Amino acid sequence: MASRALYSVSVLQHFCMLSDKILHACNTCSVNLSLLPSFNIFFRGNIKHISCPVSSESGDSTECVAEEASLILDEMAHRLQLSTVRFFVFTLSKAFKRLFRSVCVNEEGIQRLQQAVQEHPVVLLPSHRSYMDFLMMSYLLYMYDLPLPVIAAGMDFMSMKFVGEMLRMSGAFFIRRSFGGDKLYWAVFSEYVKTMLRNGYAPIEFFLEGTRSRTCKSLTPKTGLLNIVMEPFFKGELFDVNLVPVSISYERILEESLYARELLGIPKPKESTSGLLKARRVLSEDYGSMYVYFGHPVSVRSLTEGKITRSQYNLLPRCIPQKPSADTHEFLNDAAFRLVRIQEENMVLKPWVLIATLLLQNPDGMDLSSLAEQTDWLRHLALAFGAYLDWPDHEACSEVISCSLALHRHLLSVSAGHVQLSVTDAPQVESTPEEAVFHQAVVVLSCASYRNQILHVFLRPALLAVAMQSANSNRKDDVYNCFNFLRNMFSNEFILCPGDSVQDFEEACYLLMKRGVLQVLEHEIVMSASGHSTLAFLSSVLDPFLQGYQVVSRYLCEETNENLTEKEFIPAVRNFALKLILAGRLKCYEALSSDLQKNALAAFLRLKAVRKVKVGDQVTLKVNKIAVNSLEDTLGKSDVTSHQNSWCSSMAMFEIAI
Amino acid sequence: MTGRGCDLHQSPAESLTSDSKHGSSMASSSSSSSAQQRLRIIAGHLQKRPEDENASVAAQECKAEAPRSEPSSATPVPRRRQEIMKWNGWGYSDSRFLFNKKGQAEFTGKRYRLSGLILPSLKDWFEGTFGANLQHRSPATPSLNLSAVAPPNLNQPFVEDLKAAGLTVSHDPEDRVFRAHGHCLHEVFALREGRIGRVPDTVVWPSCHSDVEKIVELACEHNVCLIPYGGGTSVSSALECPREESRSIVSLDTSQMSRILWIDEKNLTAHVEAGIIGQDLERQLNERGFCTGHEPDSMEFSSLGGWVATRASGMKKNIYGNIEDLVVHIKMVTPRGVIEKSCLGPRMSTGPDIHHFILGSEGTLGVVTEVTLKIRPIPEYQKYGSVVFPNFQQGVACLREVARQRCAPASIRLMDNEQFQFGYRSQFKGFDPQHLCVATLLFEGDRGKVLQHEKQVYDIAAKFGGLAAGEDNGQRGYMLTFVIAYLRDLGMDYYVIGESFETSVPWDRVLDLCRNVKERIVRECKERGVQFPPLSTSRVTQTYDAGACVYFYFAFNYRGLSDPVHVYEQVEHAAREEILANGGSLSHHHGVGKLRKEWMKESVSGVGLGMLKSVKEYVDPQNIFGNRNLL
Repeated sequence: MASRALYSVSVLQHFCMLSDKILHACNTCSVNLSLLPSFNIFFRGNIKHISCPVSSESGDSTECVAEEASLILDEMAHRLQLSTVRFFVFTLSKAFKRLFRSVCVNEEGIQRLQQAVQEHPVVLLPSHRSYMDFLMMSYLLYMYDLPLPVIAAGMDFMSMKFVGEMLRMSGAFFIRRSFGGDKLYWAVFSEYVKTMLRNGYAPIEFFLEGTRSRTCKSLTPKTGLLNIVMEPFFKGELFDVNLVPVSISYERILEESLYARELLGIPKPKESTSGLLKARRVLSEDYGSMYVYFGHPVSVRSLTEGKITRSQYNLLPRCIPQKPSADTHEFLNDAAFRLVRIQEENMVLKPWVLIATLLLQNPDGMDLSSLAEQTDWLRHLALAFGAYLDWPDHEACSEVISCSLALHRHLLSVSAGHVQLSVTDAPQVESTPEEAVFHQAVVVLSCASYRNQILHVFLRPALLAVAMQSANSNRKDDVYNCFNFLRNMFSNEFILCPGDSVQDFEEACYLLMKRGVLQVLEHEIVMSASGHSTLAFLSSVLDPFLQGYQVVSRYLCEETNENLTEKEFIPAVRNFALKLILAGRLKCYEALSSDLQKNALAAFLRLKAVRKVKVGDQVTLKVNKIAVNSLEDTLGKSDVTSHQNSWCSSMAMFEIAI
Repeated sequence: MTGRGCDLHQSPAESLTSDSKHGSSMASSSSSSSAQQRLRIIAGHLQKRPEDENASVAAQECKAEAPRSEPSSATPVPRRRQEIMKWNGWGYSDSRFLFNKKGQAEFTGKRYRLSGLILPSLKDWFEGTFGANLQHRSPATPSLNLSAVAPPNLNQPFVEDLKAAGLTVSHDPEDRVFRAHGHCLHEVFALREGRIGRVPDTVVWPSCHSDVEKIVELACEHNVCLIPYGGGTSVSSALECPREESRSIVSLDTSQMSRILWIDEKNLTAHVEAGIIGQDLERQLNERGFCTGHEPDSMEFSSLGGWVATRASGMKKNIYGNIEDLVVHIKMVTPRGVIEKSCLGPRMSTGPDIHHFILGSEGTLGVVTEVTLKIRPIPEYQKYGSVVFPNFQQGVACLREVARQRCAPASIRLMDNEQFQFGYRSQFKGFDPQHLCVATLLFEGDRGKVLQHEKQVYDIAAKFGGLAAGEDNGQRGYMLTFVIAYLRDLGMDYYVIGESFETSVPWDRVLDLCRNVKERIVRECKERGVQFPPLSTSRVTQTYDAGACVYFYFAFNYRGLSDPVHVYEQVEHAAREEILANGGSLSHHHGVGKLRKEWMKESVSGVGLGMLKSVKEYVDPQNIFGNRNLL
């Protein structure tokens, strides 16, 4: 891990400052583009193939279905035009120069991509934190003479007048957010993507996470599109497909406070052109640097080796879409998780991420000197755990910190050498206590979105640290059981590859042992004398989540009646948490986050402590209060060491639930 | 029995062509029965007038140009086959490729069209394709080291009973070694290095059906293992003696059972002993004005019984059908007794066709002794042809269209660019020499219909950018088929090893399968340390309504590898996995043998395999036919 950190530093030196690059004509693009207009026409010819199976199922006439398919295609298809791309590039390079101090790209990743594009069709899989992501991707590929990608974008973009069309002409094609039941839509869409892939017109780009992560934590990946791009390999239509994970990170995210508000329940404004114009305000602000890391191409062929029996596709005509079999589905899920983990690992982190982590753990603020000291300590810990940290080489720690604080000054108050997270641009008149809580929560959640960027580095050791606190003994298997319980509980919250429990546990042990925090004996895990502070830090990393989940479970046990509908759940929990905060019984503002609340509910549903029941057109939640209660107790053990006896019973519950 | 069926080797030899088959016009039949005389007279009518013969049958001659050196006789294959055939390579001892002192390739002997010719461009192709060098030789052990052959493990009472029954028996090491292998790369490679594994302990030559009955009866009585041996052209390890076999192993050589027992002109059938070799059958029928039209590429050496036992396929199956379409009646001796149908009806609805238990049984159930086959009058006219296509995709599209219109010529084969570069040096204007490929065609039938047919096919080809490239180029392709196996021996003299294998696949997957398998081969070679890029090529050799038969040729330079055969086997294994993953079958006509057994269950399902096993269990509970193929 340490060696990786060293490596990462040297890689960073090879990053190139793109903003200095001169815009130049792009030969690769024009060659590629000349093929594209004919593509849609060509594809239209295929509609009949798609329509036939659907029409025979639905009973509608083939013509009817073909017409409908044609309409879907109109709605969906991209119309990549070089002139639009040029216009975009021109505008974007202006905008990027104003927004960002620099855009850093790993050029050896670009070289790998150039190689990969020659070999096999390429699928680009960027992380998704901002609207900027896919604009930047297309911009970069254009600048580096790479073929422009066609991008699967959500339909909400399309409704933006003019801009929707512009995006379409720069290579986006649009997909509905949900089309679970619509077979024809699925058929047209998947055939559209596959045809582009098979013919090698252009790299396909889509977001594994499905949507922008509002928390900057990676989201549980979706497998639908992944299946579509792998299917041509499964069916032998392509020798291989290269998947290229791309990690895009921002020193400061444009949508920062927007996301926080959204998480607190202010509805997301519908994407509109006027909204974007208002966003022009953002152009005048400083968003620091942006980092794009192109990972190593992952060959689908090697990924599937020994896991997928391709001959299962032998018995149906290949044009008929097939639902993935159980083992394919498991493979896709596993592959998706691994790809997201690669994205996480390659995510470049800034010093501010460390500072935000510390400030969140000290809600009453810190002296600058102790902040500097602890940041330095944390920096070494993070590097030891393999974080890809962009720490300026030749600057004093205090210098680095003050730069970071300056960039994020709107989240902080600094006075007399004391730094504290606080509301800076709040209205002068504090209206109600609720609003005050709300304003503070915006700051906390904004700040948390930075801490979340480094969570993947600390996650496994932190789970172990918490497990050690809550386990009844030092026995390895006790600790492992707790670890496994927590891992299960939080598997909607964090990226934890299914089935990797033992591996994660060993990794955590190894890292902490290497740091001298633990001694792992044959049957026991013992804390070293010097390990206390590290373990304390690590458990506080998870503290907001432990508390948040407890709040949700307390709500489910104490406040719910028989008729809680799924829709009411989020606002109701939010209210419940708000009351606790106002009453001074809860200090954790992150419990207000709808993301956390959704994840907690998903975990309870998965562990069968809550069931969904459809009544009429409403979905209501049926709570097994005993089960929820015992889960809560178990979670509670980590910070409150009282409920000694609940552990065993809840472990039993847990096993039943699983 | 063992026959491989067939196409495999053919290709190597394409250039030369076996002369053996059609060309000879010498009548040999010694029988004097009046019926046969009549046949001969009729045959005379059917054949062209002598002056005509050169013109219209030219095509046939080129294929089989040299008649076999000795006049044909009723038992053309000698018991001591090693006297005319190589003990450690393909084909006749007198025919081989070599690089002469000037570094030019030549083909020795007098049998084939290429015999005695210098092939000036072969050296460049050979060195360029494989990175081989004439200075780096890897010669074979010149002769069999008799001391390397383990003494026979004899079942004395059995041998005595055989002799008492008047059967010819041999324990001679050369006879035994000759029958211990087929023509898989690993088998030939081991022989060249002088490594001899388990070989049969006894060879026995029955001369008729009742001899076989006697042998099988005695084998059951004395519990010895019988391995039927026909032409010895297996490429599936079917002839290898199972290492775990502790009983005495007896090779039952059918070569002396090679008579045509009768010909029924009214029904156009012939009843033939199963040991007859393809070219002899065809020649003898030709003398009477008939043919079977079954021409697997191995037909110079493979036997009728072997075809039946492996479900062989012939080049001209579009007119005559594959072996399963050709057989009307089969007689097989099993440990349970003789299996045969009671009549010669052309089709029966009497439960599952028992012939299909026999076809493809690969010598695991018994010995095929006599077969009634459909025959046809010799076609009036034969014409070769060829078409060049700008690329393989267009070629495949054309073949698919030909199949859709059901107008395939007797044979239509499409070679990819690499094979084109090997076989042809021609330039075609407007075609990219790095992509163009060639289809070879053979038409047969009435003159008028052939010309009409030819036009139809060329018209279709034109729609796919195909350009007619002449009769000579077509003929050349078929001629090369018969020498390719000889070329493999040449390669092995210079550190190059190779093999071919085949599959069948639905039309829509043909291109994808060819591309993926070829690329997989290249990649596997690289990963396993092969120093030079391998030759990895494919061709489409047969068309069907629903798919095609695809052949792969694969060869590489093995200098620098410590265990080249193992590398070769790993690559072939990977290629087969790739074929199966891409919707190809385990085999189109080579069979399973022991080489591809591991995939049988996957190929035919557990229940399917169980059905076959239960048949084996009933027919041969003692596992007398213990070659352990297939199941």
